[in-house]
Amino acid sequence: MTAMTKTATDKRKTAAVPDYHEQVVELGRETVGQVRCAEPFMVAEKVNVHYGDNHAIRDVTLEIGKKEVVALIGPSGCGKSTFLRCLNRMNDSIESARVSGNITLDGTDIYSKEQDPVALRARVGMVFQKPNPFPKSIYDNVAYGPRIHGLAGDRAELDTIVHSSLERAGLLKEVKDRLDEPGTSLSGGQQQRLCIARTIAVNPEVILMDEPCSALDPIATARIEDLMDELCEDYAIVIVTHSMQQAARVSRRVAYFHLGYLVEVDDTDKVFTNPQHKLTEDYITGRIG
Amino acid sequence: MQSTTLILLLGLLAVGAFYFGRDRSLSLVGGPGKGRALHSLPGYYGYFVAIWVVLPALALLFVWILLEPKVVAALVVDGLPESYRSISAGELNLLVNNIRNLASGDVVSVAVDNDLRRAAALFNDYSGMSRVLLTVLVISLATLGGVLAWRNIRPELRARNRVEAVIRWGLIAASSIAVLTTIGIVMSVLFEALRFFQMVPWSEFLFGTTWSPQTAIRADQVGSSGSFGAVPLFAGTLLITAIAMSVSVPIGLMTAIYLAEYATSRVRGIAKPLLEILAGIPTVVYGFFAALTVAPWVRRVGESAGFEVASESALAAGLVMGIMIIPLVSSLADDAINAVPTSIRDGALGLGSTRSETMTKVIFPAALPGIVGGILLAVSRAIGETMIVVMAAGLAANLTANPFDAVTTVTVQIVTLLVGDQEFDSAKTLAAFALGLMLFVVTLCLNIIGIYVVRKYREQYD
Repeated sequence: MTAMTKTATDKRKTAAVPDYHEQVVELGRETVGQVRCAEPFMVAEKVNVHYGDNHAIRDVTLEIGKKEVVALIGPSGCGKSTFLRCLNRMNDSIESARVSGNITLDGTDIYSKEQDPVALRARVGMVFQKPNPFPKSIYDNVAYGPRIHGLAGDRAELDTIVHSSLERAGLLKEVKDRLDEPGTSLSGGQQQRLCIARTIAVNPEVILMDEPCSALDPIATARIEDLMDELCEDYAIVIVTHSMQQAARVSRRVAYFHLGYLVEVDDTDKVFTNPQHKLTEDYITGRIG
Repeated sequence: MQSTTLILLLGLLAVGAFYFGRDRSLSLVGGPGKGRALHSLPGYYGYFVAIWVVLPALALLFVWILLEPKVVAALVVDGLPESYRSISAGELNLLVNNIRNLASGDVVSVAVDNDLRRAAALFNDYSGMSRVLLTVLVISLATLGGVLAWRNIRPELRARNRVEAVIRWGLIAASSIAVLTTIGIVMSVLFEALRFFQMVPWSEFLFGTTWSPQTAIRADQVGSSGSFGAVPLFAGTLLITAIAMSVSVPIGLMTAIYLAEYATSRVRGIAKPLLEILAGIPTVVYGFFAALTVAPWVRRVGESAGFEVASESALAAGLVMGIMIIPLVSSLADDAINAVPTSIRDGALGLGSTRSETMTKVIFPAALPGIVGGILLAVSRAIGETMIVVMAAGLAANLTANPFDAVTTVTVQIVTLLVGDQEFDSAKTLAAFALGLMLFVVTLCLNIIGIYVVRKYREQYD
């Protein structure tokens, strides 16, 4: 049923932009630009994702470097979030999803039989579109990850981790005196920074962000973008965004997805000033979207 | 004319009135297609006229049906000879009944004399007259209302607002029926219970430990003065409820956790309807299952283990009641677990927690208030459950905590007190109302706490 609905939606979308679809089929199969990077840390080779009959990601190859921010952009339904969720195997919990191809993290295949998805997600953290603090205290929200992974030997060590994570997420000053209050009592922007603090408390190597600012006001967005500038000194960050300004501000490279194909990847200023592919140009000049 | 025929006729008139009203509204502004000039859609003018046809006429009909028998009876009694004037109210009532029966050709309980025959003829006359009068009045009122409303139609008449106001009052009336009925039931239980407490002090009822409700029917009876200490009943109810909850809560919760978090959609698609079938089995079926299958089994197992087990043990009734409540617990817990947003589940998984860590450390605590609320609702269901305990728990009002003993519950005693021959104003019968009141108060409190807890939890995410 779900698969059928999805196929139907897919067909409608295809019908709405037939010429673009044909262009993608003809031109978009080969990604233009630079899929490779200098210090590859996470490498996706010929990744395909199917939801039932719906072919959501088609032959995507992309490298993500150490300490690099890569932005995934593209119209709704183009597969950028699906691709992001492949990188920490969050698609595993969707029954109809099938992932093929090869994704490695620091040289190890994350889809191999030996790889435990739970251990992978501790290395590849994720921040979601809607702030989703647990209905626990601020302290317990941040301490959750270190506790389940046994990162702290005693309470003092845990305190240190919680404080430094909140500090790095730029939230400590605001919540220092009320760590016992529920995380849901914070404002939207604070909640999202709490979720980032929660993610970095586990000390991951890559952070995936799925439209982290789409539910926030411009001030909260600016704070999170500043935070990403600081975080990229330690982590590789992959961010899905609908805002091209945001992509331009925070990322070093930009990947443009269209109908499941990765159409173009390159350095951010190059994509925004001189896009190689016609689809990319149409999207960033506002003709598709 | 019969009142049913009259109501049918009113319906027909209303349909006609609808078309007349609608057409008049349209013709006032110059025919179909010019409807924009009207305040409301043309249909609302039709409904407006139809309401004026039906409502006043129905009100009159209703009042007439209520008052007519009394008026006719009074007129008939007035027409009786002097000798009947002095009889008491009770005899008069009987007499009027006999006249009515005679008039309709039914069985009469006294010898029929000429006076009675004349009265019956009079009764028939008056009834016939009243019917004709009613028909004429209702139809003329309907016509009058319709014509007035029809003449009142103007393009600027706010017909939609009028019609919607009538509909709103109709909805209010419908919903107040449920509320008023509840209040009525509570009041009648309350007043009968107060009568009981005039005979038996409430302290004895609440704190007495002997329950033996046999009261003397004749003055010379001995040895059954009645003893109304409700403690054994509530103790028995609590014991059986506790056994039922210790079966249903763990099994129901685990079922819910499995269905909500672990089962594939195929398993869920099969298991959920099956559980709902379990909820749909009539309690009387559970009752004989408890009495005929489970109770002997409990007795056999208990005796082979060296315990002395009554054949109507609290354990058997409690076990079966627990089975009966499993679907309730599991569906309420399932709702509570599913109400935890998927984003929170994803958040926990995204931090690298296993499924069981996600469940035990994040989802279960988040759903706990809802689960507790559900369990409280299940407890009040168990306390109020009657059929299983009537069939399986027995009547012996033992004050015991031993699940192998026979105990009795409040609901069982209410049933036994009201079944059988008994004067209605005896303490024995009235005790049922006192028990019912207590039961009502207890389950009401549990429901209020349960609903409060559930609601408080809901606010957390919205």
